[in-house]
Amino acid sequence: MKAARPPRWYADPARLGLAALAVSAAAFFLLPLYVMAITSLKPMEEIRLGHLFSWPTQLTLDAWHAAWISACTGVACDGVRGGFWNSVSIVLPSTLIAITLGALNGYALAYWRARGAALLFGLLMIGAFIPVQVLMFPLVRMLGPLHLVGSLAGIVLVHVIFSMPIMTLIFRNHFAALPRELFLAARLDGAGFLRIFVLLMLPLSVPMLVVAAIMQATGVWNDYILGLVFAGREHLPMTVQLNNLVNTTTGTKLYNVDMAATLLTSLVPLAIYVISGRWFVRGIAAGAVRG
Amino acid sequence: MAAVSVRNLRVALGGQPVIEALDLEVADGEFLVLLGPSGCGKSTLLNAMAGLLEVSGGSIEIDGVDQTWASPRDRNIGMVFQSYALYPNMSVANNLSFGLRARGMPRAQVEERVQRAAALLQLEPLLARKPAQLSGGQRQRVAIGRALVRDARVFLLDEPLSNLDANLRASLRRELKLLHQRLGATMIYVTHDQVEALTLASRIAVLHKGRIQQLGTPAEVYARPANRFVAGFMGSPPMNFLEGTLTMNGGVPHFTAPGCEFELRDCDFGAAAPMAGEAVVLGVRPEQLRIAAPAAWSGVVTLVEPMGNHQVVWLECGGASWSVLAGSDARHQRGERLPLALATGSICLFRADDGTLRGVTA
Repeated sequence: MKAARPPRWYADPARLGLAALAVSAAAFFLLPLYVMAITSLKPMEEIRLGHLFSWPTQLTLDAWHAAWISACTGVACDGVRGGFWNSVSIVLPSTLIAITLGALNGYALAYWRARGAALLFGLLMIGAFIPVQVLMFPLVRMLGPLHLVGSLAGIVLVHVIFSMPIMTLIFRNHFAALPRELFLAARLDGAGFLRIFVLLMLPLSVPMLVVAAIMQATGVWNDYILGLVFAGREHLPMTVQLNNLVNTTTGTKLYNVDMAATLLTSLVPLAIYVISGRWFVRGIAAGAVRG
Repeated sequence: MAAVSVRNLRVALGGQPVIEALDLEVADGEFLVLLGPSGCGKSTLLNAMAGLLEVSGGSIEIDGVDQTWASPRDRNIGMVFQSYALYPNMSVANNLSFGLRARGMPRAQVEERVQRAAALLQLEPLLARKPAQLSGGQRQRVAIGRALVRDARVFLLDEPLSNLDANLRASLRRELKLLHQRLGATMIYVTHDQVEALTLASRIAVLHKGRIQQLGTPAEVYARPANRFVAGFMGSPPMNFLEGTLTMNGGVPHFTAPGCEFELRDCDFGAAAPMAGEAVVLGVRPEQLRIAAPAAWSGVVTLVEPMGNHQVVWLECGGASWSVLAGSDARHQRGERLPLALATGSICLFRADDGTLRGVTA
């Protein structure tokens, strides 16, 4: 006798519970975002009515314009656009240099096994667990005499230093997972340290490079404390300017401008995830089937 | 193409000696197989020849030049890895030319060498492909081609067939042998598979515990194993052993064990004449036995393995497990007692104490 296929229970209690959890978790994160978005699109008169969740009767981009161009961030009233470009000029070199050095470190540690490599790797790992705040004051004292506090080079250097443990770790693990025979074959073929790295190892690391770039770029963009301490007045990143904008109150608090500036600041990490997310998955999938 | 001599080589891994005082001469154009179980030091020896491992003593000469301390790139050897280790991000053409470009060869010459190797290995239609788009046989040819373009003097092959399925392994084995015949290159091939060793080698070096147990042609190693280890390692199913003593019966040596005694005709005992009472171990290959009378001795069937064109019958013989080959149409039952007669070929006698060869019958 043929066994009947058991009926599918779409209304399975476990399934419903799971769905309820997913919906409430999504609402938990989306509701504040919704409030921020609509508040940024309302004029102040409407905000004063206090209907937090209501759809704006009068849609306006004035707050966004003000946040970008004319809102006061402390003494200056130029909006957050200056901070945006400061952040860009910090993120780009910090990401490129950190990834290059991290990949090079990981490659050297995974394959060349220099004397003391294990010790160095151990120290790097310890470094990954030391909170940034602990090192802040000594670092300021060390970089001060070198005139690196309050400069673009200084803040980039600090970001690169603090990202080194994690960058080295992910690349070392990535290279250690590649077949060692590839490296040996290249050595027998007569290729040296840099040739193997550039022509063989880097092309095999594209998915890892993307992952590292996403991690580093969002990490540096979202940084507040390092930017505040090391960037100096000329290079304050967008996060610091946002804080100044929200905390500078002259007269009434412009909730719509605050919300617009916050959304503007979070647009870049959001864009990185949306644009690279698809690529990211493709990179991992390509990595899984490579011969 | 070149000869390789390894003299008094010692290699230690992590302070543990893996190879001790090993000597090996490989002739120009020879196909030498290093055969042994895993952990016997065969891959270590190959890596030491390639320069991928530092030796702790002795010398390695390639083509008459001492290369013991040379870096891998200067030894001009080609290595074919178990996984082939083709560069996955490069086309076949770039895989072939990588080593030449690394050595700074002019582009025109690189092009010419790649074309020549591709023609020799029938890789011309595949030059633009990536390794992932190649079949197993094509990958093997690219791996060999990578050494060929550099005019490598010696090819080292590290178990190149061991992670393939049985059919592909057999066909790549034939392809490799044809390739060796065509190139005439010196090849040193590491494997734990005695079938590969027997089919490919001009000479086999059987390794165990970091020492060469025997070095000889496949026929020699198979028919006159130097000791019980070699005898048991070569051949599938392996050689059957029976412990007993030598007796003299009317001036003719006999092998005697409980329940069996037979004459050792025309037995070559070497320099030392046979002595009555010597403890020995008899070694008989499964194909040298026949299930027939008059029986030299007998055994009880424990297992029958049909192999298609023949069957392997396993018997309990005087406390030892023996195997005998039988025709594919033979019917034997578990528990049946079968008479065993000696069919053809030479029987081996080993010393009971150290397991070395004592004598071989004609």
